Amino acid sequence: MTLAQRVRRTFGTHWYAWTMVAPVVLVIGVIIGYPLVRGLFLSFTDANEANVERTIGVNHIPATYEFTGLDNYRAVLSDGLFWDRLGWTVLWTVSCVAATFLIGLALANLLNRTLRGRTFYRLALILPWAIPAFISVFTWRMLYNEKNGILNKLLSGGGIDAVPWLNDPTWAKLSVIAVNVWLGVPFMLVALLGGLQSIPGELYEAAEMDGAGPWQRFRNITVPGLRAVSGTVILLSTIWTFNMFPVIFLLTRGGPGDATEILVTYAYRLSFVDSPRDFSRSAAWGVLILVLLSLVAAGYRRSLRKQGEVW
Amino acid sequence: MTVVTMYRAPHRRNRRTPLASAGLHLALLTAAAVAVFPPLWLLVTSFKPRDDAFSTELVTHFTLANYTHVLADTEFLTWFKNSVLIVGVTTVLGVFIAATTGYAVSRFRFPGMRPLMWLLLITQMFPVAVLIVPLYNLMASLGLLNQPAGLIVTYLTIAVPFCAWMMKGFFDTIPVEIDESGRVDGLNPFGTFWRLVLPLARPGLAVTGFYTFVTAWAEVAYASAFMTGEENLTLAGGLQTFVNQYTNDWGSMTAAAVIIAVPAALVFSFAQRHLVSGLTAGTTKG
Repeated sequence: MTLAQRVRRTFGTHWYAWTMVAPVVLVIGVIIGYPLVRGLFLSFTDANEANVERTIGVNHIPATYEFTGLDNYRAVLSDGLFWDRLGWTVLWTVSCVAATFLIGLALANLLNRTLRGRTFYRLALILPWAIPAFISVFTWRMLYNEKNGILNKLLSGGGIDAVPWLNDPTWAKLSVIAVNVWLGVPFMLVALLGGLQSIPGELYEAAEMDGAGPWQRFRNITVPGLRAVSGTVILLSTIWTFNMFPVIFLLTRGGPGDATEILVTYAYRLSFVDSPRDFSRSAAWGVLILVLLSLVAAGYRRSLRKQGEVW
Repeated sequence: MTVVTMYRAPHRRNRRTPLASAGLHLALLTAAAVAVFPPLWLLVTSFKPRDDAFSTELVTHFTLANYTHVLADTEFLTWFKNSVLIVGVTTVLGVFIAATTGYAVSRFRFPGMRPLMWLLLITQMFPVAVLIVPLYNLMASLGLLNQPAGLIVTYLTIAVPFCAWMMKGFFDTIPVEIDESGRVDGLNPFGTFWRLVLPLARPGLAVTGFYTFVTAWAEVAYASAFMTGEENLTLAGGLQTFVNQYTNDWGSMTAAAVIIAVPAALVFSFAQRHLVSGLTAGTTKG
């Protein structure tokens, strides 16, 4: 093969690849890229409802907001509110991801064996995934209803006082976490079940021959075998939970007070709920969320590197 | 618990003591009950007369009144049509471009591949809150507000990054020899992809389709920000207006919720056979 041919062939290969990824890059570039840059820009200004470019009737009012540098960030970071919300968001993310993962792992282990009714169990356990989240959240609101919900009626049947599921700050926190775990387990279960099935059965047999007990087998075969899947699903689930808008917004609207408000719902509240709408402050919150998550992802990549995986 | 019991019979892995068996089934039954109860209760409630919505009994006076009310007296069918159109197009387009991207990343080493992988991961981190205001303005200036196309494009950016990742993992499990045989037979990479590899990737496509469908079908924030006016709403936005209009009409809301859940459940029943294999390939190799 001559050099010219090789160059042409390389170019040809890349040309195909580039064509295939072009739609995604294009769509992401326009729909995420532009708003992101714009959001970043807004976070350095004092833009709000009253001074952005807008059209009222036939009058076109030009934008009058100004560049304010790091003022928004300074204000947000020196405000106890942000750290408060961050604390709860971290607690929310860690408890949701931990509970979802552990329950998913336990159920996957139970399901990954010959067992009567296996298909039925699998279908039933994955069911929450098949239902749109906003429907499930709506259903849970009905179950949680303090005066008439079935949970409290069942409790009162057992002689227990009504629990203020969504109206007491502490209970509300537990309730939103419970719903999110309920929603998240199927994904974990499916991913981990697949991971378990990809571990060769011979490994277990060999270990049994050597006299390894169930715990040793779990510890030395199952855990390492699941490491790759676990890493990915934990990272994804962390990102998704950290930004889990619908569950909190539809279940409690962040209430009671702001007890269950995580960073994303608060940022949304700043630009869509509170009046006047404060676009710049909201954008600053958003950028900070992004920075925090990027740190998580960078840590994940570093740990992948340590295990010798590359991309 | 069961694992500990099995310790007593290490050489009979496929046989369990009755106690272990009972424990296993008990644990799974409990979990299954927790998973199934809320949707089931929703279904039960939808068949009760409005005033009984909160009674703890099962259906005593079976009625379809909630359903007929929702279907006949509201804009529900229009919303349903909008949703089907938007989500349908999103799913078809999304699966297709996720597959081409996944294939390219899996098979070719090309300049820009690593940044692309990062982009796909990072895209999932963008909070709705940062994007929604600028995106709203962008849609307004492109004239895409209240247009299905605006939501379709937005949903693609939500679903496709994860799907492309998943498809990459899936294509990684398909032997490269298949591509080579295609090349020997004179197919170009597009032909190889379309005729040889894609048919083998059906489980992956099923999972991707399911994921895209459910994501788009269930999206609330963008749908309620971009679509205004009764006749343009999708189901997610429509149900919100229900909540506002019929504050105490839980009967109608449960019926609406059931109708919304049915298509998702149907898509799920088609895809569920492939879920485990499809998703695993994606997440282990991702």
